[in-house]
Parts: sequence; structure tokens; C-alpha cells
Amino acid sequence: MIAFLIQTLRIATPYLFAAAGGIVSERAGIIALTLEGFMLTGAFCAALGSYYSGSPWLGIVAGAAGGLLAALLHALATIRYRADQVVIGIAMNLLAVGVTRFFLRLAFDSSSNSPRIPGFGGAQVQSGVFSSLANPLVWLGVLNMVAVGWLLYRTPFGLRVRAAGEKPEAALSVGVPVRRVRWLAVAVSGACAAMAGSYLALDQHQFTDGMTAGRGFIALAAVIFGKWDPKRVTIACLLFAAAETMQIRLQSLQLVPSQFVEMIPYVLTIIALAGVVGRAAQPAALGKAVD
Amino acid sequence: MTPPTDRPASDGVARVRAHIEESILPPLVALVIAAVVGDVLIIIFGQSPGDVYRQLLEGTWGNAYGFGQVIYKATTLTFTGLAVALGIRAGLFNIGAESQLASGGFLAALVGLAMPRGTPAVVAVVACLLAAAAGGGAVGAIPGALKARFGASEVIVTIMLNFVVLALLNYIVAAHIHVSETLHTPEMNAGALPRLTSVFPKFAGSAANTTFLLAIAAAAGVWWFLFKTRPGYELRAVGLQPDAAEYGGVRVGTVWAKTMILSGMLAGLGGLNYVLGYKHYYEEGFAGGSGFLGIAVALVGRNHPVGVVIAALLFATLSQGGLAVNALVPKQMVDVLTAVVIIAVATAVPEVRRALAAARSSSGIGNRESGIAESARTQEPPNSRFPIPDSRP
Repeated sequence: MIAFLIQTLRIATPYLFAAAGGIVSERAGIIALTLEGFMLTGAFCAALGSYYSGSPWLGIVAGAAGGLLAALLHALATIRYRADQVVIGIAMNLLAVGVTRFFLRLAFDSSSNSPRIPGFGGAQVQSGVFSSLANPLVWLGVLNMVAVGWLLYRTPFGLRVRAAGEKPEAALSVGVPVRRVRWLAVAVSGACAAMAGSYLALDQHQFTDGMTAGRGFIALAAVIFGKWDPKRVTIACLLFAAAETMQIRLQSLQLVPSQFVEMIPYVLTIIALAGVVGRAAQPAALGKAVD
Repeated sequence: MTPPTDRPASDGVARVRAHIEESILPPLVALVIAAVVGDVLIIIFGQSPGDVYRQLLEGTWGNAYGFGQVIYKATTLTFTGLAVALGIRAGLFNIGAESQLASGGFLAALVGLAMPRGTPAVVAVVACLLAAAAGGGAVGAIPGALKARFGASEVIVTIMLNFVVLALLNYIVAAHIHVSETLHTPEMNAGALPRLTSVFPKFAGSAANTTFLLAIAAAAGVWWFLFKTRPGYELRAVGLQPDAAEYGGVRVGTVWAKTMILSGMLAGLGGLNYVLGYKHYYEEGFAGGSGFLGIAVALVGRNHPVGVVIAALLFATLSQGGLAVNALVPKQMVDVLTAVVIIAVATAVPEVRRALAAARSSSGIGNRESGIAESARTQEPPNSRFPIPDSRP
């Protein structure tokens, strides 16, 4: 049972990081379709940083910097140039896939994975579930979500973020620099999602092509299913992770095909959007550009 | 502003010129940006951009095989591009073309498999065609219905549905009907379409097939539907001004639902290219990102059927060209370029337009009325939400 909980927490860590970023971005009015791309960029940069510096901590820094860079490009296109957020979001994900593959060839002369890099904890699952508790990023993931909740509801910046996402015109009229707030929010989301990617790379002790494997979209699903509220989103992340853990543990029994377990987060989110279990109402100005 | 009553003929010419400028210039700016990024990447990799671009062109339009591959890839992209473009015309963002394409191909393969050997080609092909349209349309119907009924964001629903549908198809193929040791279904008994090789032997080896005629027909059909029929007019009206359309008696929700079904059907038909024209079976992952590329195709093609066909050829060339230059630079460079083209088009189009409009109003070219309106607006008090009424004598 404890092993189950620990494994769930471990699987939930990247979701928690990325979803925290997703909450900040979407509450500020910028659609978080790019979490997947930010994660992949973060994972690659973390691998690069850790490989060349020999320290996983510097890997985290490099990963966050990479995610930040990608986020700034996203903000430049969607906020400064008011380009369509969905189009840019899709393109950013494509860009992340292309850039990481290109530089994987350039840096490590491989089209599939990096060499082994310094990371945290045991590389293999077999090395015991408790070893993952020694991974500081697991705890940082939880702390990060708490911090985002505090930031959103207890600080002036959080108030401005929420205003920018709900009523940007009203916020502008009382002097809130809406576009600057949105820039900051996107930057935070990039750094958070990149931490999720860094966790993956450092936990598996290497970068593999496309290693995020849709986790950014699961995080987005958690944000929507959790109605953009840090507490509920945390529960959604843990729920999705628990389903995955269950599937891994019961794999040998062949009770439910793994493909059906994969569907759970997405199906729940579609149902939530349709309003069957309480309508999920997005921030009013989500996706709308501000002059 | 009152519309100009006595517009001189030269104004009409200027208008056409402005229209051409607006539709040609922004994509050109975007392509230049992409080329610059491409150059940088090539130089980082220690190659000469000239060599790489020459190789890219020679490997695609320079020989029959490469050209055939471009035609083949452009065929699928035309279908997914049309699907996305049709949605955008109605103000909907269909990001589900990927799974609609897959399920269209899947159903077509199933129908081809179910028919007895020796079924007349006409019957078999039409049956597969209907199956592909039904497969894509069914997947498109879900976000359409949820949008019309509950106002659920079609962007999120189509993204989530991609994962659900692809997982479901993978399950069905893996658990029930795959050829052992592979991830594809058995070959169809009937319904295969001839390859171009059988008519032009030069195309030998390339996957180009007669589905490309179907793609051109689909583009023509979408053009006719959008610009020559009443439902097409309503669809565009909904896309431009949903509230006004509703006020004008159009049922917006119904139009949305129908558009998503049509859009899904178009994407589903794209599956024929692989299934009927190339492999004659459904294989896991055959869509391979063509659905997402459809977004780029629609965007660069300005959501016009003719533009979509041209843009499909452009992205097909890039995609095939990536393979052609792989010996010099990683083929992944093409993924980067594709993304850069999308970002550049999405940001450059509104920017260049604004710049063009500003240049036109300051130099007095084009519609003189709008030039005056522009200058009137600059004089209005900062708080006024309405332009100053026209007070000329």
C-alpha cells in the first residue's frame, strides 16, 4: 500500500510541476497547450546541463532556463504580436520536438537518446520504490504546487494574474500592466513545465527522443479537470497517476487493457467539459489577446 | 463612414493590388524568416546552406521518384488541410484531424477487408470511400455536438479525443485483428486504387496514387460549397460574426455541429491515400502527424482551397526534402522549419497587414475614404469608444 502511494507520487511529480505551470498560464489568460513542448525542452536542456556539468542540480537550472527561453518565444508571439494562441501552441510543440531531435544529433550524435547522465536516485524501478523518496524533485513538485496556490490567492501578483485572465480590460483601466503580467505568467509556466521535464530526464538518467510522451497534455487535462484550482488540480494529478500505477501493478493480471487506462484522463476531461460532473468554466479571457 | 459613391476606376485597381499584397506578402515574409532560421541551423551543423537547399530541391522536384513522393504526401495533407480550413471558416479549430484521419483509414481498411475478393472496383472503392468519410465524420461529430450543446471548447475536446481515439484503435488492432508480429491489419480483399506507376512507369517506387485526383476533387468541392452554396455562406457568416449570423436567422450551434462532421469527413478521406492507394491495410501510427501538419497547411494556405493545395505541396516538399538532405544535416531540421513557418505566418500575417494598412492610409493609396477615417480616428479623444462622425462639408 505504501509502495503504491510512493509510486503514485513519483508518477504524479511531472504532472504536478507541469500542471502548476498550466494553472498560472491559463489563469492569466494564455492557453497552456505548450506544456508538452516546454517539458520536452526542459528535459533536453536538463540532460545537456547535467551531462556537461556533472551535477544534476545544474541540470535542473539548465532545464529551467531552456523552458524559460521557449516560454519567452511563446510570449513574444502570442502577447507582443498577438498571434493566435492555439496556432502558436501547436507550433511550439512541433518546434520542441524538432529542436530537441536536431540538437540530440548535434550534441550526442544519436537520433534516439543521450548517454547516461548524472541524476537523482536509482535509475531503475527495480532498485526499490523508497529510493524515489530520495529524489528532491518529488518533494519540490508538491511544494511548487503549494507555492502556486499561495501565489495565486495570497499575493498582489496572483490577484493581477487572475484579473488578467478574467477581465483584462477592467484590469487595464485600473492600471494593471496586463501584458507584463501575462509575460511573467507564461515565463513561470515555462519554468515549471521545464522542471517536469527535468525530473523525467534526471529520474531516468538520460534523455530519450519524445520522452514526455503526452504527459504535458495529461497535465493540461488535470488543469481543466481540476477547474483551474490548485487544490483540485493536485487531486486530479494524483488521481491520474494512481490510475497509471494501478495499471502498471496489475499489468500481469490483464484485467483492463492498458489502452483503456491511458484514456482515463482524457475521457474524464471531455466529460468535465461537457458539464456532466459540474461545468468546468474556464477563465473568461482565456485565449483572448490584449492590446 | 458613408460608403464612397463615385469611386474612380483607379481605386478598383488599387484595391486589387492591395488584396494581392495582403495575400502574397505575409507568407513571403514568413518564408524568408524560415529560410534564415534554416541557414543558421545548417551552418551550426557545419554544412553549406546552398548545398543543402540544392539537395532538397533535387531530391523532391528534381526526379520522378521524389516528385511522386511529394504528390503522395501532399495528397494526405490536402485532405487534412481542407478539414482544418473548413473548420476555421466557421470559427472552429479542429485539432483532431490526426485521429479523424486514422479512424477514416481504419474503417476503410475494415470495409475493404470485409468485402469478398473480386468485388467490382467501383463498388469496393465507393464503399471504402464512404467508410473513410463515416469514420472521420463520427470522430468529428463528438466535439461538434459538445460545442453546439454545451459550448465545450472544441480545441480541448479534439486534442483529448486524439489520444482517446488513437488508443482505442491501437487496442482494437492489437487485441483483435492484427497480422501476427506486426501492428497492421490484414490486406484488403477489394478496394485498392491504382498507383501512378501503372500509368507513368517513371514514378517507380513512389507511393503516389490516384487518390491525389480525389484530393483535387475535394478541394474543388470545398471551394464550391464555401463560396457557391447557401450552407457554405452561412458557415462563413458564422465564422465571421456568430452573433450577427444568429440574429440573421442562422442556427449557429447547428452550423458548428455540421461543420465539425464535414471537417472530420474530409480528414477521414485522407486515410484513403495510405490505405487504398499505398499499403492496402491500416497500420498503427500511419497518420504520423499529417493531421497536425494540416493546421500548418490551412494557415499558410489562408484557409482557401486553392491555397491549401499549394501549401500542401510546400509542406510535402519540406517533408520529403528532409529525407533527401539527411546525409548532410539531420532530417529533423525540417520539423524545426515547419514550426518556424507556422510561427512566422501566424505572427507575420497580422503584423504585415497592419504595416500595409498604415502605409496605405499615410500615403493615400487605396481607399481614400478609409484614409480619412484613419486620420479622423487619430484625432479622437483617448476615451471615446466611437469614431468621430464624418463632419466634412
